[in-house]
Amino acid sequence: MSTVITGLGVMAPNGLSSEDYWSATLNGDSGIAPIDRFDTSGYPVSLAGQVTGFEPEELVPDRLMPQTDRMTRMALAAADAALADAGAGPGTLPEYDMGVATASTSGGLEFGQRELQKLWGKGWQHVSAYMSFAWYYAVNTGQISIKHGMRGPGGVVISEQAGGLDALAFARRQIRKGTPLMVTGGVDGSLCPYGLAIQIASGRLSTQDHPDLAYLPFDHRANGYLPGEGGAILVAEERESAQRRGAPAAGELAGYGAAFDPSPGSRGALVRAARAALADAGLAADGIDAVVADAAGQQDDDQAEADALSELFGPAGVPVCVPKTMTGRLLSGGAALDTATALLALRDQVLPPAINIHAELTDPRLDLVIGEPRETPVRAVLVLARGHGGFASAAVLTRP
Amino acid sequence: MTRRAVITGMGVIAPGGTGTKPFWEMLTAGRTATRRITFFDPEPYRCKVAAECDFDPAAEGLSPRDIRRMDRVSQFAVVCAQEALADSGLVAGGDGAAGAAALDGEAAERTGVAVGNAVGATMSLESEYVTVSDGGRDWLVDHSYAAPHLYEYFLPSSIAAEVATAAGAGGPASVVSTGCTSGIDAVAYACDLIREGSADIMITGGSDAPVSPITLACFDVIKATTPQADDPARACRPFDATRSGLVLGEGAAILVLEEYEHARRRGAHIYAEIPGFASRCNAFHMTGLKPDGREMAEAIGVALDEARLAPEQIGYVNAHGSGTKQNDRHETAAFKTALGSHAYQIPVSGIKSMVGHSLGAIGSIEIAACALALEHQVVPPTANLSEPDPECDLDYVPREAREARLDAVLTVGSGFGGFQSALVLADPELADQERSTA
Repeated sequence: MSTVITGLGVMAPNGLSSEDYWSATLNGDSGIAPIDRFDTSGYPVSLAGQVTGFEPEELVPDRLMPQTDRMTRMALAAADAALADAGAGPGTLPEYDMGVATASTSGGLEFGQRELQKLWGKGWQHVSAYMSFAWYYAVNTGQISIKHGMRGPGGVVISEQAGGLDALAFARRQIRKGTPLMVTGGVDGSLCPYGLAIQIASGRLSTQDHPDLAYLPFDHRANGYLPGEGGAILVAEERESAQRRGAPAAGELAGYGAAFDPSPGSRGALVRAARAALADAGLAADGIDAVVADAAGQQDDDQAEADALSELFGPAGVPVCVPKTMTGRLLSGGAALDTATALLALRDQVLPPAINIHAELTDPRLDLVIGEPRETPVRAVLVLARGHGGFASAAVLTRP
Repeated sequence: MTRRAVITGMGVIAPGGTGTKPFWEMLTAGRTATRRITFFDPEPYRCKVAAECDFDPAAEGLSPRDIRRMDRVSQFAVVCAQEALADSGLVAGGDGAAGAAALDGEAAERTGVAVGNAVGATMSLESEYVTVSDGGRDWLVDHSYAAPHLYEYFLPSSIAAEVATAAGAGGPASVVSTGCTSGIDAVAYACDLIREGSADIMITGGSDAPVSPITLACFDVIKATTPQADDPARACRPFDATRSGLVLGEGAAILVLEEYEHARRRGAHIYAEIPGFASRCNAFHMTGLKPDGREMAEAIGVALDEARLAPEQIGYVNAHGSGTKQNDRHETAAFKTALGSHAYQIPVSGIKSMVGHSLGAIGSIEIAACALALEHQVVPPTANLSEPDPECDLDYVPREAREARLDAVLTVGSGFGGFQSALVLADPELADQERSTA
């Protein structure tokens, strides 16, 4: 039994649909810009991957507007797009045959900050009746299941950046156990003052104020990462069920693996997760045509990922893509978006470039795709993701 | 050969006692741990009671740095995990006590973590917010006042990271966060990883520490919590006609879940097998429940089918029993739909009457209670049930524990977001016999 992806819904700093995101990404058009939603002059970080041009009033039902944070609105819009792409919706399959599993990290933190301000400024009577679920990590799965009448399994997994892949694996597990269709992926972000203060506290954000110099993974000038918002929602289906209803597949989720190692700078968990994903897909390392890297943007973590890639594939043994240089790191949305990138690369047989990093300043053991897209046969892509604290996950996507 | 998941160790921190033994003594005595809130002054709030834990992290062996780095929710989980590992005869690293199996090398890589949690490090996120916003005055908060570990508090996944690090576990790790069903769903997630072969041991369960002003306010504004403060020990009264709402709780339960043959080979004590589980979304409302309990009934039916058990083989049902009228009617209907006439024969009880509703933890605390019920052949009661609601007409085991022949038990949960979950625990030998005759 195999799991294929039949629908993509993207909400990215450099594109509000999968096609817009893909053409921007191939073009090297970045979504990194100065934060314009609030005054950042008091903060050491002023740049982020903001989703711009998103008009929730047009895409989210009026009824849901007062009860949702911005990231849930983006998730609802991405889920609508993914289901439209898959040609699926209420009634496509029996209600218990469709479920939802998303990754989360922030919850609706901007909504939460507003309500905390009301509680501490005015008293509990002023807190929104929707606060109990709008900030809550499970909110996107709940709201998507309600909007689309999906009564199958519901899941929410959290492992920071690795969560986007863990949600896909959760969805595949439900499909293997008999639920033919799962809406999955992740949309995340907390670009509000408290959210920025929290991410600054990690000590891992870049404080550069020029977009070209701020987030430079694998480059000797790496000085931290930039936060972003958005992600991707995918429709995953059991292959034969999708075929029966005539839904074309964008690719197969052929392999997955996860591991944990809290030692800073360790490549161990990444190598074990990748080996497990390759074994699960029945592929050797030479069967992988491209890697979408985690790309922490920290010297030690970049070194660890380069060590892992070198151990797995040999020196410069595989093209490495870093589309995150155009979006920043999207918490649980990041690996979901990287999965969408992998599927689009499989479709068009082209690898997207990284921007801002300079080949001569990067680790010579890596064959990074930089500056221009690279046309090449793409049959299988490995997506890597690490979550703060020691989480590592890997997924293999193959042509359908 | 089919891989099966069994419980070989448990650790519990619940209101009323730290440790599995005091927890079970309290449940079987029918004693309640709900009280007037002591963590902050509840006077301004609509609800003034909660089930708080008297937990001293230093006395439980956490160092000053551990205590600073970890929110209370992670402290609970790590301390419970240590109890569960010791109970299971496992020791992190290589220098284990005599008779204990070491979790090191390949064994550590085959050990994963899945912790259920609903609201993350909400206590620290709120207290840090109060500082950086200067008591809610500033929208543009001052990051320079933030605690150094604020980012770790922000990530619910820190709970799983702390447990995995403390245990030396190197396999798949995650937090499962489906609100008030998280404690069941995390254990189900762990069972799946064992069954599919991704791990031989999973350190799993749930932890939550939500007794903070913002959580109280969230439930106050939707009138989900009880407004009655005159008799805190009797504040939570599931299935009672006089019930007035839920009582917030806190705590954790961590289980060592293990592949059956792996546990047998090392001669581990087996509390119970988890042969079936399921979750369904009601796709109806983020907080509301329909009175027919249809999706919970579906989850129970799927869990029983997966366990290959008939309703007649279930000897006890641990109810969600949150103490709201909406919930009590919803799940009573679900039990009747899923279990048929046998629903009237089975003892059904709600331990939230004693330990409160600890959101993402309670599902695992209830799984621990179910495993102990199987172990001791005793059904814990529903405390505070004196005036039965005529619309809830099952046997809710009022006030006193009861001895019973138990081979298999069922626990259910219901959560914001519309999540409905069911999980079956059984004597693994029963399942062996059933399967051989099936």
